[in-house]
Amino acid sequence: MHRTKVRVVEDALDANNTIARANRDDFDRYGVTVLNLMSAPGAGKTTLLERAIGEPLERIRVGVLEGDVQGSIDADRLATLHIPVTQLNTGNGFGGECHLDANMVRSALDQIPLTELDMLIVENVGNLVCPAEFRIGEDARAMVCSLTEGEDKPLKYPLMFRACELVVVNKLDLLPHLDVDLDKLLYNIDAVNPGVRTIECSAKTGEGVDALRAWLAELAHRRLQAVA
Amino acid sequence: MHELSVASAVLNTALKHCGDRQVTVVNVRVGRMRQVVPASLEFYFEIVARDTACEGARLELVEIEPRLRCNDCERAWSPSIPAFRCPDCGSAAVEVSAGEELEIDYIEVKEQETACTARR
Repeated sequence: MHRTKVRVVEDALDANNTIARANRDDFDRYGVTVLNLMSAPGAGKTTLLERAIGEPLERIRVGVLEGDVQGSIDADRLATLHIPVTQLNTGNGFGGECHLDANMVRSALDQIPLTELDMLIVENVGNLVCPAEFRIGEDARAMVCSLTEGEDKPLKYPLMFRACELVVVNKLDLLPHLDVDLDKLLYNIDAVNPGVRTIECSAKTGEGVDALRAWLAELAHRRLQAVA
Repeated sequence: MHELSVASAVLNTALKHCGDRQVTVVNVRVGRMRQVVPASLEFYFEIVARDTACEGARLELVEIEPRLRCNDCERAWSPSIPAFRCPDCGSAAVEVSAGEELEIDYIEVKEQETACTARR
């Protein structure tokens, strides 16, 4: 019995990325732009979505894929907006995955009415670490960072902040009540992801949400321009 | 937290390349900028490898230090804090040349000795 070395040189997440590409092909076939929306738990993703897509975007039909470890609380909230919402729970196996991966999204595809959509927003499981590692076949990744999390989070979770092309700074209405330094937070975001687009808003009051709506519309039109 | 998923991915990659031979070592290059906790990954790998050709295999994790390179002024450096603007020229056109790896480099497998039938 002797031992042999076998060269592999393969990314550990190759299998996930292959499935993500298959998802992407399906989204492309239906002309659906996909946004992977991530954040820490409680940053305000669902409230922000209620604000941002509660009023229909002009000529863009939006649906949501709601990723949660357990339950359908967020999906139930968004269903009142009268848009297609699909719940995807990760709570099987070891007490629930902390992120969505390409295969989980693939398993939910037949429940999403892709023919009725121009944009699918995937609300990922609230977590600042794991979702950043797994592509799901999205066109773009964005995150919500709320002021209550403090200005140091970009430095502590750089992978997430670097993975996104938009960082929405939420809970602006709380600024007078917090010790957080907004300029410092914006400086730290730019330090880990230089030049990244940021939008400051309050999902509670609606301040700044129009900028997010405009960004979403721009994202959907990006696909149309790419096809044209 | 996602080390279980990463451990499964590492296992599946090793199994794909081992050709049903018993695996003794799985060598993985892990960039320091990937948020992977080595002890946690080893723990989960041992569990997911049970009853497979990788059962009992040693997971070797080779940590890769981050290296950044500015595309404008060509400065290359190793960052000690997560700051990705060029410290010399302030450019945002900085690329990561090392530190984001999560790559199975090689595996070691046991070969069965085959009897030599050639006439001496």
